[in-house]
Amino acid sequence: MAIFLTENSRVIVQGMTGSEGRKHTQRMLSSGTNVVGGVTPGKGGQSVDFEGATVPVFDSVLEAVEATGADVAVVFVPPKFAKGAVIESVDAGVPLVIVITEGVPVKDTAEAFAYAQSKGTSRVIGPNCPGIISPGKSNAGIIPADITKPGRVGLVSKSGTLTYQMMYELRDFGFSSAVGIGGDPIIGTTHIDALQAFEDDPDTDAIVMIGEIGGDAEERAAAYIKDHITKPVVGYVAGFTAPEGKTMGHAGAIVSGSSGTAEAKQEALEAAGVKVGKTPSATAQLMRGLLARG
Amino acid sequence: MEYQAKELFAKHGVPVSMGTVVENSEDARAAADALGGRVVVKAQVQVGGRGKAGGVKLAESPDDAVAKADEILGMDIKGHTVRRVLIAPTADIAEEYYFSYLVDRAARQYLCIASTAGGVEIEVTADEDPDAVAKVAIDPLVGVDDAKAREIVDATGFPAEVAEEAVAVIQKLWTVFVEEDASLVEVNPLVRLGDGHLDALDGKMTLDDNADFRHPDHSAFEDKAAADPLEAEAKAKGLNYVKLDGEVGIIGNGAGLVMSTLDVVAYAGEAHGGVKPANFLDIGGGASAEVMADGLHIIVNDPQVKSVFVNVFGGITACDAVANGIVAALDLLGDEADKPLVVRLDGNNVEEGRRILDEANHPLVTLSDTMDGGADRAAELAARPSQAEGET
Repeated sequence: MAIFLTENSRVIVQGMTGSEGRKHTQRMLSSGTNVVGGVTPGKGGQSVDFEGATVPVFDSVLEAVEATGADVAVVFVPPKFAKGAVIESVDAGVPLVIVITEGVPVKDTAEAFAYAQSKGTSRVIGPNCPGIISPGKSNAGIIPADITKPGRVGLVSKSGTLTYQMMYELRDFGFSSAVGIGGDPIIGTTHIDALQAFEDDPDTDAIVMIGEIGGDAEERAAAYIKDHITKPVVGYVAGFTAPEGKTMGHAGAIVSGSSGTAEAKQEALEAAGVKVGKTPSATAQLMRGLLARG
Repeated sequence: MEYQAKELFAKHGVPVSMGTVVENSEDARAAADALGGRVVVKAQVQVGGRGKAGGVKLAESPDDAVAKADEILGMDIKGHTVRRVLIAPTADIAEEYYFSYLVDRAARQYLCIASTAGGVEIEVTADEDPDAVAKVAIDPLVGVDDAKAREIVDATGFPAEVAEEAVAVIQKLWTVFVEEDASLVEVNPLVRLGDGHLDALDGKMTLDDNADFRHPDHSAFEDKAAADPLEAEAKAKGLNYVKLDGEVGIIGNGAGLVMSTLDVVAYAGEAHGGVKPANFLDIGGGASAEVMADGLHIIVNDPQVKSVFVNVFGGITACDAVANGIVAALDLLGDEADKPLVVRLDGNNVEEGRRILDEANHPLVTLSDTMDGGADRAAELAARPSQAEGET
């Protein structure tokens, strides 16, 4: 088992013929992902040769799904087309839509997410996220597959490179799944969604949760952990030194007045019984301690 | 700024009394004259709390408007220098309301917050009298149609005599919110004038940068004069840079990792005389030589910077490419690079990356095996610059 993405996942790539889409499709294939098709309007009927595989291109997600039985869509299209790409996958009934694209207007995300909710048949992850990897099984997105191996730790993070960093810190333990949910103001899958999925996953023993300044997702996750999560969770929050009113890279990473601070998030997590590390390495040490105690 | 928000309000038909924006006190005279003499002089800055800071003043005459503009221009309000004032007509205010639309991150939809207790900070009202603040959720797929506008008017408790006009104004403000890709539209106060009509007396908007491709006109709203010169230069080069007040320059890849690096450097700095991170700079996944050179150029030109910490996790871009980028960047910069660099590389192809830097043996570069160790070394170098210079 793993969360959201398994060895049985059949992946299509929206925007596969673009430079980013092509590069990462190769990486996904090389790490054993079952990429069954690409979608680029106007290029249906063509195919793209990758090292080790030739992948057919379809004009629409619906055609791709009908021909391949795909159940995961990874979106690499430019920001202005991202909303349309998500809606197309939702309409085609794809159960998991992962939006890697950075720079999607929040209005487009709000509308695409509301649309997915109204249909009730698709989970959206992202936008502006690295995707999800279930090491040894499948890799949908841009997370490097060679950092670590399969294991029993689950990881959910707003940040891509902190996901990689934490996987690297705990590479000798390995991960069941690692999911980057993105740092935009509105995201399709939250810490809480991933925490619950890890709680339900028999192959996950413990969870690392990485947050950052902005919004109150970590505070809400803390409350959720207290009431619903029985597996051990360790946390890390980035952005203690971020000044008020400045966006720190991620569109959602901003301290507004006294809200969205790292201090408040750490306090909320600790109040919920979550051990919070001061640095990524200290956080990894906390997890090592938990796992060593078994 | 207020006048910019009001321009966008006016564009979409929201009732608003504009006035004139001036940049020097002499122009305030003509502007006040045109409005009949008695005017309000309002500081135009991208920050709230102007009134409390003395940035909004009533002027009784054109001469007084000049005097008041003189007082306000150049004033510092929460770190923002006032470079423009709005000369606005005085309003015959009967009642003040609060009205806003914003992105509800938690609910992942939109929210209207409104109150008939306007003119004060909404947080204060919400604290003291939560029942006086209406919160109405808005479905992004439906927006604010006539029915939703009526729901908002009822929930807020707008008086019957302005209810019909409020329904119309609320829908126009919604048009401003969605058509302009705003993440916040706030009118405080929205006023009922003596003649019974509504008027957006003060306004504030936050625009979504990600939507700039739909709004070429929005670039005009940027306050270029107020921006830090290094931030402005970084922005022109497409770099994600925020200037901070510290001594250790930071370069990293990925927003989360860079934020984390700032924190780790600040902790390390506690043991080295309290040195702090000098900036946030995310060079993104690519980390090419050009981007690295652009980033280093900005950082070494920050006179406060005493040392630089380059913290990269090689994910998509392997560490050997990053190492080559650093070497090439130092070549490109030549003598301009004159501050010690601590480099921490980890991840994909790290051995080759470290080998490249070892081989280049650049006198300014120190390699570090870990993020914590690198932060500590960079902080130490920033705290003792004389020794660092001695080493080169």
